[in-house]
Amino acid sequence: MTHDRQPPAAVSARGWGWRHASRRAWAVDGLDLDIEPGQRVLLLGASGAGKSTLMHALAGVIGGDDEGEQRGELRVAGQDATSARGVAGLVLQDPDSQVILARVGDDVAFGCENLGVPRDEIWRRVAEALEAVGLDLPLEHPTSALSGGQKQRLALAGVLAMRPGLILLDEPTANLDPDGVAEVRDAVARVARTTGATLIVIEHRVEVWRDIVDRVVVLAPGGGVMADGDPDSVLRARGAELSASGVWIPEFPPPIAQRRVAGSGTRLMDATGLGIARVRGTRIATGIDVALDEGRATAIVGPNGAGKSTLALTLAGLLRPAEGVVSATQALTGQLKSTSPIDWRSKDLLTRIGTVFQDPEHQFLAATVRDELAVGPRALELSAQEISTRVDGLLERLRLDHLALANPFTLSGGEKRRLSVATVLATRPKLLVLDEPTFGQDSRTWSELVSLLAGLLDEGQSILAVTHDADFVAALADDEIRLS
Amino acid sequence: MSILTPTKGAQAIYRINPVAKLATAFLLSFALILTIDWLSAATALVLESVLFAWAGLSARQFFLRTIPIWIAAPTAGFTTLLYGQSSGQSHFEFGLVHVTDGSISLAIATALRVLAIGLPAIVLFVTIDPTDLADGLAQVWHLPSRFVLGALAGLRLVGLFLDDWRSLELARRARGVGDRGRIRRVVSQAFALLVLSIRRGSKLATAMEARGFGGDTKRTWARESLVGWREVLLIGIGAVIAAASVVVAVAFGTWNFIV
Repeated sequence: MTHDRQPPAAVSARGWGWRHASRRAWAVDGLDLDIEPGQRVLLLGASGAGKSTLMHALAGVIGGDDEGEQRGELRVAGQDATSARGVAGLVLQDPDSQVILARVGDDVAFGCENLGVPRDEIWRRVAEALEAVGLDLPLEHPTSALSGGQKQRLALAGVLAMRPGLILLDEPTANLDPDGVAEVRDAVARVARTTGATLIVIEHRVEVWRDIVDRVVVLAPGGGVMADGDPDSVLRARGAELSASGVWIPEFPPPIAQRRVAGSGTRLMDATGLGIARVRGTRIATGIDVALDEGRATAIVGPNGAGKSTLALTLAGLLRPAEGVVSATQALTGQLKSTSPIDWRSKDLLTRIGTVFQDPEHQFLAATVRDELAVGPRALELSAQEISTRVDGLLERLRLDHLALANPFTLSGGEKRRLSVATVLATRPKLLVLDEPTFGQDSRTWSELVSLLAGLLDEGQSILAVTHDADFVAALADDEIRLS
Repeated sequence: MSILTPTKGAQAIYRINPVAKLATAFLLSFALILTIDWLSAATALVLESVLFAWAGLSARQFFLRTIPIWIAAPTAGFTTLLYGQSSGQSHFEFGLVHVTDGSISLAIATALRVLAIGLPAIVLFVTIDPTDLADGLAQVWHLPSRFVLGALAGLRLVGLFLDDWRSLELARRARGVGDRGRIRRVVSQAFALLVLSIRRGSKLATAMEARGFGGDTKRTWARESLVGWREVLLIGIGAVIAAASVVVAVAFGTWNFIV
């Protein structure tokens, strides 16, 4: 085992394919691809084209024969990819599940330890890697105190310290706010420059990586390469097609439905001097004034940690205000006596305030998509006829009909998002509260979501959305609440 | 969650290898569960309380962290007083309750014992950093690194589970099923948490594997886990206290084997 830097690695695929053990179709098939050492490649393709599968295989973490079946040949630096441990380093999408140890220094050292690097050498590499990604923190700094962008840079440092010849980034910025995206992008650019390692990035948002990569490869759904070349020519030739399949390309923005009506002027809810707390006793923000009107969209914006989600959940009747009151008007309460949503029964919320959580998995309750949609209407004790009409309507409207019998947890990210919105729409609430609805979504899901919400607003429903997404705010929001 | 937030400080106790703390706590407990008499426990407790002053905890921290023991000890004592094995003169009897000379001395012995085992264990454990413990278990005791590091990485997820649990609770209220019976809700929520934790766990496993964990290469350790004079001293003190309490109890004839 040598402890020197790995030379930039070449990648070559010859008729390569992979099929997950639980699926009948091949996730990737018939792939022929050559990447020269030191090249920086942006890997695109519609969701389901097998991009992540290819990345996992290149990183050697795709699993053995019990997890799937391989055909053809996939080589990294001349070795079989599945056995080439340590040649490639992989950074994944979710910042939380990549932090391994409790202290920054230990976490970066983890990969080196596994490769059997001697102790003195490990700490030299840790310092070098942290500097390369611009994380200027003490080695004892707790990893739990890092922001999303810092966690991703930490993961990158952990990979760098292993001195891989190939760096693989699987949507490393999809779950980050705009500041985090810039932090990570800049760190990657610096690393690519200084190490010269081969780089492969998957990302929906082309503009983030466009200036860093020198080649774009588009995988075709169902196998093979659809387009390949320098970024400008590929994006010019295939831009419209890519944009329709969900890739964000500045020259081809996703279509947006236009709003027609901007509210009826009826007040739904008021809150003055509101103090908010996630956990009882620890106030995050105070002195917030909010007024929500029928048929209007309000965006809650501001930096991470300002309490945006907490404010939304407080207004949604899910968290008790730490001070002040949330007061619903007659237009929202209907027959209820109490004007304070937190004092309503859970069932009473259904037709009044519907909340879509940031992580769809938190709100799934049933074993199939169809049952999931029926949960709310059943709690309202609607007739079987009515339930099935509503469920069928939503399945079709949100393109989930072919998945009616699938388990919600097995859906893709975009499908999960659409389902979580649909479950709330099933009970037709007057006010819709959405927590980061567009986080990590491809442009196709984004544009469907925006069009759907625009339609709901025109029908007189109201929307309150927590968001970092400037495009979303520009497309929909009538009012803005800025927390700092 | 004391295990996730070990107290920090500059005192010597924080630099002692956690495996030595573990060994000391086991040693004390083992000597004190062999017998149930007031003298052995009292001797251990007196000797231990001298050492608590150097434990590296402020008085406030000490009492806050050991509250459970201060509650458990009199509770266990009181229960023994009322229902413990009766012998000697009877003082009070009502239904199953029977207070006798025998149950009084058993009660005192039990309460002291809970303190004598519980207090040092907590004082030693709250100053343990899980990472250092894992290093010690793998390097000093040579437990398999796969299990030790897997458990250590998994421990970090516990904090995320607390957040998950809160979100699950709110989400159930939002979905209109929050009015159901509390027990039924907790069961369904616990199942959902299990599903989420398995998914998080498998993602973490992939991330660990991507950093070469579980490969064939012999692992090195970035942090060296050492056993030196400090550790020997701590275990020695534990052994002296354990021996002293046994010797005193045997010498004064209060020792009674319960194994």
